[in-house]
Parts: sequence; structure tokens; C-alpha cells
Amino acid sequence: MTSFRSNLRLAAIGGVAAIVGLVACSPAPPVKTAVKQDAARKRAPEFALKDANGKVVHLADYRGKVVLLDFWATWCGPCTVEIPWFTEFQRKYKDRGFEVLGVSMDEDGWKAITPFVTQKKVNYRIVLGDDKTGDQYGGLEALPTTFVIDRDGRIAAVHVGLAGKKDFEDAIETLLQAPARPSGVNASGDRSNRAD
Amino acid sequence: MPLATVLIAQTSPTLTVSPLPTVKARKGSVAAVTVRASLPPGFHANSNKPTDDYLIPLTLKWTGGPLEAESVEYPKGTMEKYPFSPKPLSVVTGEFSIATKFKVPANAASGATAQNGTLRYQACNDRMCFAPKSVPVSITLEIQ
Repeated sequence: MTSFRSNLRLAAIGGVAAIVGLVACSPAPPVKTAVKQDAARKRAPEFALKDANGKVVHLADYRGKVVLLDFWATWCGPCTVEIPWFTEFQRKYKDRGFEVLGVSMDEDGWKAITPFVTQKKVNYRIVLGDDKTGDQYGGLEALPTTFVIDRDGRIAAVHVGLAGKKDFEDAIETLLQAPARPSGVNASGDRSNRAD
Repeated sequence: MPLATVLIAQTSPTLTVSPLPTVKARKGSVAAVTVRASLPPGFHANSNKPTDDYLIPLTLKWTGGPLEAESVEYPKGTMEKYPFSPKPLSVVTGEFSIATKFKVPANAASGATAQNGTLRYQACNDRMCFAPKSVPVSITLEIQ
């Protein structure tokens, strides 16, 4: 799977006169993903992305918290349905060790993002995504794609496309109620390093 | 480690542009060209005049060749309601056409050549959206 910007580059150099191939595909139903069992969770890939102030944000900065990692874009209609929910979750669960982190895949960067998040009164941190991060998270062919990450930095649930508000809340509640593992110990009981 | 294994693949729909016949263009005249394109069932792209400033419009830009685009006429979008939008959106679906009128310079060189452009679109279905894409479009010209 290629990332957004890679897709654009590929399209641009594809160059076959007037014809491009038709990929037969049809809309998929909403994807509901329950919280994975502890042993089935994989470590969320580490990243270093900048927020609106230019500060570098690492996923590891959030270790010990439940994180809702939302890949979105201003041009994505379904994303705009979920953003008010995430704003509510941020307010509702923040004090219990929960954070929303939005990763915008907008090609136009902050010029597009800043007015949007102001208008939508987004109350959580937004960072600007890149191809590398998109690839690490499976290519992100479709938006929104949202990962719910447990206190140990492991992916507990994934939603591709517009999901249900209750699905998110159930996952958040489940993960908030689970205690974090002792620092530096992964699901196998091994000492682990930060996945840079 | 890529997480492809934890994601259910959601393939981006590909816009198909029908092959264009060779266009015979007389020097000093206006040549009309219609680009026909289609999206797979179940997907839509924003029209050239989307209902929201944040949405990416359908655009056809002619970037290379001897002709000068005088006008580009886009399909009028149909207003469709989707679960993710409180108001209908102006979109194109299925097959649609974009008409361009080219001015053929009186001093254009005679013979075969090409006019190249790019069709840019951003597609969604009723639950998710896909990255904006650009599709190359090329016309074979016979300038007389």
C-alpha cells in the first residue's frame, strides 16, 4: 500500500495517454473492531511529527495514557463527523489518562489545518502527518483511520472509515479501566525499547 | 513495522478516462474536445463547485501542448445526501464529461502533436474518503 503523497506521485508519473486502469471496488461496510485481547496487540509505530507550534511530538510522549490516534484531513467529510466526538472525549476522559492526537494528512499543511481546527473548536493536539508515518500505519488508503492505543503503546482497536461513537467510547472505557504494565515491560514480559 | 496486517484494505477507487480520438485542429480555429470519465459504482467525487470550501474540486488543467484552452466546462454536480454530511453535497458519480474549447494558433506548426493535461479528483464513498489523485489526460492532435 502506498501513502497519500506517494499515490499522487505515482499518478503523476503513470502517464499512460488517456487511460488508466479500472480497479473494481465497491464501498465497504463500516468496520467495527472490538478491543483486541492483550496478547494480540501490536506496538504502535513510533513517530516524530510537528504540531502547529513546530514542537516535535513523539507517540512515546503519551506512554502511560490511552491514546486515540486519528488520521484525518480537512477535505474528508466523514472525518468531520468524528471530530466533535473526539473533542468531547478529550474533555470527558482527559483527567483519567486519555488523550486524542490528530494526525492531519492535508497536503497543504497548516494553511488548511489551522482555520479548520479553529472553526471546529478542536481541543486536542494536531500534528502534520507524512508519508513515512502513513506507511508505518498501513498506508492509510482511506480516511478517517483511527487507532485506539492502550497505556502500553499498543494498538488495541482500529477503525477504518466512519465508525460509531459508542464503539470508540466502549474501547476507551475498556482501556482506561485496565492498569498499565510495569514500565518497559511488553506483552511478552520482555524489556522493550522505544520503537524509533 | 507496517500495520497492513491489522487494517482491512480499503482500496481507493480509480477514475477511468475513456480513450480520446485524434482531434483534427485547423489553424486559427477553435477545437472542441470532450473528456469522458467514470467512477466505479458507490463512489463520488466532488464537482468543480463543491458546497464546502474544505472540499477538493474536480479540475482539468491543460498543461502542455500547442493549443490554448479557452474554456473548460465541467459537469453540473448533482446534489447528493450522505450519512456523513448534514447537507447535500455537489458531486459527480458514474460517467461524466468535461468539455474544453481550445484556440488553435494561426501560426501553430502543422502535423501530429499532443496536448496534455491533468484531471484531479478526490473521491469518497458513504463512509470514507480517499486521497486526492491526478490522472494524466492526453489528446493526439493533427494540426492542419
